[in-house]
Amino acid sequence: MTAALRHARYVLGENPVTAFAFALFFVFALCAALGPALAPYDPLASNAGESLAGPSAAHWFGTDQLGRDILSRIVVATRLDLGIATTAVVLAFAIGALSGLAAGYYGGWIDRIVGRAVDTIMAFPLFVLAMGIVAALGNSVANIVIATAIINLPIYARLARAEANVRRGAGFVEAARLCGNSEARIVLGQLLPNILPLMMVQVSLTLGYAILNAAGLSFIGLGVRPPTAEWGIMVAEGASFIVSGEWWVAFFPGIVLMTAVFCFNLMGDGLRDIVDPQRRT
Amino acid sequence: MIGDGNAVPLLAVENLGVEFRTRSGTVRAVDGIGFELRRGETMALVGESGSGKSVTAYAIMGILDAAARITSGTIMFGGLELLCAGERAITEIRGRELAIIFQNPRTALNPIRTVGGQIADILLRHGNVTAAQAPGRAIEMLAKVRIPDPERRARSYPFELSGGMCQRVMIAMALACAPQLLIADEPTTGLDITTQAVIMDLIAELAASQRMATLLITHDLGLAAEYCDRIAVMHAGHIVETAPTVALFATPRHPYTAKLIAATPGGAPSLEALAAIPGALPDLRRGDLPLCRYSERCERAAPACVERPLPRQVVEEGRRVACHFPL
Amino acid sequence: MRPTRPLLAVDGLRKLYPVGKQRIWRRGAAPSFLHAVDGVSFTVGQSETIGLVGESGCGKSTIVRLIARLLDVTEGSIRFDGEEIGKVPARHFGVAPQRAQIQMVFQDATDSLNPRFTAFRAIADPLLRLQRLSGSALRARVEEAARLTGLPQELLSRFPHQLSGGQKARVGIARAIAVEPRLLILDEPTSALDVSVQVVILRLLQDLKRQLDLSYLFVSHDLNVVRLLCDRILVMYLGHIVESGPAGRVFAAPAHPYTQALLSAVPKPGTAGGRSSRIGLPGEPRSPIDPAPQICPLYGRCGRATEKCTTAMPALRAIAPGQFVACHYPNTAPAAKPQPLAAIA
Repeated sequence: MTAALRHARYVLGENPVTAFAFALFFVFALCAALGPALAPYDPLASNAGESLAGPSAAHWFGTDQLGRDILSRIVVATRLDLGIATTAVVLAFAIGALSGLAAGYYGGWIDRIVGRAVDTIMAFPLFVLAMGIVAALGNSVANIVIATAIINLPIYARLARAEANVRRGAGFVEAARLCGNSEARIVLGQLLPNILPLMMVQVSLTLGYAILNAAGLSFIGLGVRPPTAEWGIMVAEGASFIVSGEWWVAFFPGIVLMTAVFCFNLMGDGLRDIVDPQRRT
Repeated sequence: MIGDGNAVPLLAVENLGVEFRTRSGTVRAVDGIGFELRRGETMALVGESGSGKSVTAYAIMGILDAAARITSGTIMFGGLELLCAGERAITEIRGRELAIIFQNPRTALNPIRTVGGQIADILLRHGNVTAAQAPGRAIEMLAKVRIPDPERRARSYPFELSGGMCQRVMIAMALACAPQLLIADEPTTGLDITTQAVIMDLIAELAASQRMATLLITHDLGLAAEYCDRIAVMHAGHIVETAPTVALFATPRHPYTAKLIAATPGGAPSLEALAAIPGALPDLRRGDLPLCRYSERCERAAPACVERPLPRQVVEEGRRVACHFPL
Repeated sequence: MRPTRPLLAVDGLRKLYPVGKQRIWRRGAAPSFLHAVDGVSFTVGQSETIGLVGESGCGKSTIVRLIARLLDVTEGSIRFDGEEIGKVPARHFGVAPQRAQIQMVFQDATDSLNPRFTAFRAIADPLLRLQRLSGSALRARVEEAARLTGLPQELLSRFPHQLSGGQKARVGIARAIAVEPRLLILDEPTSALDVSVQVVILRLLQDLKRQLDLSYLFVSHDLNVVRLLCDRILVMYLGHIVESGPAGRVFAAPAHPYTQALLSAVPKPGTAGGRSSRIGLPGEPRSPIDPAPQICPLYGRCGRATEKCTTAMPALRAIAPGQFVACHYPNTAPAAKPQPLAAIA
């Protein structure tokens, strides 16, 4: 454990950008956890008198068309966006990793079924598929989570399948059989711990994509509905004001969204360096 | 075949030192080694893993890892100082005068190029052949290393050939331009024992017919004994003893050599007669390595072994021992 | 000789792998099979060390995996202490009562240890699964196994990448003996180790055999090691046993042409010029796919071959007490006529 921490410190020391990404992630996590407590104003409180006020000392990011403080809405939205993304990714990881592991280890009809399912999902442009799923299942946060989980499944399934395929002939798998391990126990108890580090890296990378997905769906009106504060919706609502000069309504949510995605991507790269230096991109 | 009485050796390594910068420290892989090789002579660098024998071979060829640094010494090859020569001069002789074959032949060959094509590439680069002549010469080389049906095999890819055949192809590539020195880095590790015998016999035969010097890198003392005139025993980056083969086995002078011979199953009459070598290889990253790197494992060690620089004693004609208290 | 039944009795063992495309619509054409093991019979007695030698493709790795019940048997029987275990499918053998009694040490210790398991967890694995130990009883057994194999206790918390080659080998051995097996299969346990470490591990194996009253099935390509450790050896070629007998006898006076070629290929330290007495095997091995059952596997590479070798497969016959050869023309003269290394080798 301490060797891993030492290695982590070395990687972060060598790579200030990664260290910065981790620090940024910590800020986001804090906002998500503390949410409303950190917001200077009530995110839902409209104040017609202060609508469309530019950034100032009172409102750092300005106010939107209903006079709500944009900074507060952004901080509170962190919890929702991160929550959606995290839940979706965890679902995608759990289902994808397990089915991929089984497919790669057992082969045969499990491999065929999982393979076809993954191929089917990947046959669609993923965002369009997400739109379709939300449209079919209904406009709700739960359905955004489901849609995002489905479109992120394939990458975990494929990664797990490839890793299981490589390792299933390894000596320690044979040794595990000699020790009386059943096949299921080998998959879960021996192979899964070996692929987890790589999966963790992928989780971090996918989180960025999932946030973008959730925001994108909300941007086009599917999923989260006003007056809920969510980055995608805020960008959508602010888009119409750019032309008339009130750039801050869309700009700040957009920048925060971009920063979050960027942060998770960088973190993913850094995690990969920490976990498995041989696979550095 | 002992080389003729040429005064100037073909290869002369003197006081060579190589270190590697790694995350956990600087590894002093090779420290102050020196040996000579004459035309037509076969010599073995014998040592266990970590002894620095492959590093030495790569240093001579100039194919060391990027993290390696040559800290001292000279390598004279046929009048050219390899460590000071320019890149151009090195690439001219590498492949033509100086050739190497590697362990694990299938991975050392280009998997997406036919074997005939790979030999032809070398001929075109270094030999005086035209593009039209190269394929024919490649087939000749394949026949020379006794690959059956060479015209058809020249069109095969490495994955279609067995390990032994791949090694023959590597030998063909190495010998294509009739080099003066062949370095064989563990050429038979991983091959079956009958294939090993055939490959080593082939190398010996071709070396004899072309009067080529051979430097065999191996951990197998028995293999070195059967094929080489002289053996240099390496331990932890030092050459501890150099001697003609028969003399080395008859009267080893360095304690490590004696222990190594006693640990080799080939010569022992029973399991009880095998001797273990006490201790372990010292960590080559340490800053406080004793001057004799074997002293920590040696029963005859004395304070002088840690403090006084290692002697390069010439014990008899053609023998050198790096020990203050040779056997 | 103790008049007890052999610990392991293998009879007529065959392992066939289907090869080529299995076309369901190709009528009339019989599928092809690769004969990895082709009718092998031998016994391992109590406290005996049997050496299994042969080159790549001879089937020795397949045989040990059949005996360890990691592979299913195509034909033949495997009787362990009188009980037939060959008929139990490999995937069900994990819960068979004999599972703990037959264990294996692998060639590549690094590959045979789970990189995410500590040494302790690796050694504890069979104890957890087969003996359902836990807590302090588990810890005691693991520490005992480590002690027996000379593994220092403080290394038990380390991961494989933090251990040296010799230490990893010891972990592999400790894991294999932890459940107190009776038959230990050793698949080239020292071939990946340095010479100095090899001595120590071989001595350890010898000691363990005495202390724990084990029988060994020792697979190796290193004939020198086999000579030192084994009571009897079996020489394999293309899925057949071609010669068997006491180790000393077979090494001193090999009778089968393949054994003679194999022994002459071993480099001999301390002698120069062993080349002149080299016995060569010209040509390539015959194909193991659908081999003709009446042709000797060495036919085509053997200097003594006659018509008879293509019409009747030689069976293992005794040519001396305890020494068996599968050859129509066995020759026990110590220095057989050397075959000149032919143009094609």
